[in-house]
Amino acid sequence: MNEYAVTVIGHDRPGIIADVAETLAGLGLNLTDSTMTRLRGHFAMTLVCAGSVSAGDVESALAPLTAGRTLLVTVREVGEDLVEPPRGEHYVLTVHGADRLGIVAALSRTVAAAGGNITDLTTRLAGNLYVVVAEVDAPGAMSDLATAIDRVAGELGVEATLRPAEADLM
Amino acid sequence: MTVLQVVQAPAAVLGTAGKTVDPLAADVVQLATDLVDTMRVSPGCVGLAAPQVGVGAQVFVVDVTGHPKARTVHGTLVLCNARVVEASQWQKGREGCMSVPDLTGDVKRASRLVVAGQLPGTGEEIEITTDAFEARALQHEIDHCSGLLFLDRVAGAHAVYARKVYL
Repeated sequence: MNEYAVTVIGHDRPGIIADVAETLAGLGLNLTDSTMTRLRGHFAMTLVCAGSVSAGDVESALAPLTAGRTLLVTVREVGEDLVEPPRGEHYVLTVHGADRLGIVAALSRTVAAAGGNITDLTTRLAGNLYVVVAEVDAPGAMSDLATAIDRVAGELGVEATLRPAEADLM
Repeated sequence: MTVLQVVQAPAAVLGTAGKTVDPLAADVVQLATDLVDTMRVSPGCVGLAAPQVGVGAQVFVVDVTGHPKARTVHGTLVLCNARVVEASQWQKGREGCMSVPDLTGDVKRASRLVVAGQLPGTGEEIEITTDAFEARALQHEIDHCSGLLFLDRVAGAHAVYARKVYL
């Protein structure tokens, strides 16, 4: 069984997901994890799929999608052993403020320096308002990470909030 | 009638905790009146807090009358120095904000709520017990008075959305 990471990025139109999913299903590839969104109007999809065909077969089958030159498709074989157990506690980091260069760079470096791992990230630019929401697995005391983030947020002139992620089981 | 200009993020006042106020002070009573006027002329607006009109003070108004998600409705609520006394039955719901006009987000709020505060003009201390959408609106406005936006409480990386604009 081979596992492939596929990315599809480009001009949005109805039917891209259907085209990709049908093609992969036609090759006997099973979609495992996938995410799709629009980033400032651009279609952006990343997925992992598993099956017994070769990487070349996957690329050839998806090639017609790029014929109109509005979509970029990549296929990479990936290992099956990439799932790491979460480290430490799970937090949600929210940052908002006036848009400027380097907000994500500075804050993600701060998280990394504390041994934290960002497991999900969304950024939005709305007018001059820049919003970052990151889900973070971090070891150690929450207060240490919060203090470091507050200091960097102060230097950037943005508001930052670190909260434990809610994980209610019902 | 005075309609105040609503400030939008990123504005420093929206990230700063409001000061406690004297509910008997003339400027506080006037601010409360102007907040009600501004809320009334703003389509879809069910609440407005002083920081949203550029005033760093713990004053807000809420009115969810007629809203389909409301259960208990107290009509127009105007409170100074309000605080949450009891909160339970947390539920996730989508929120927007006049100060963050282009985004919405999923926020967990208590759907059973007791809030205490003072009435402008008399200073009378009151307690409000409410639920559902009115509870959500009160928590959203109390957050404004503490310098917090709904963005500070969104549930996760996939809980912020571009507001749909239907032309």
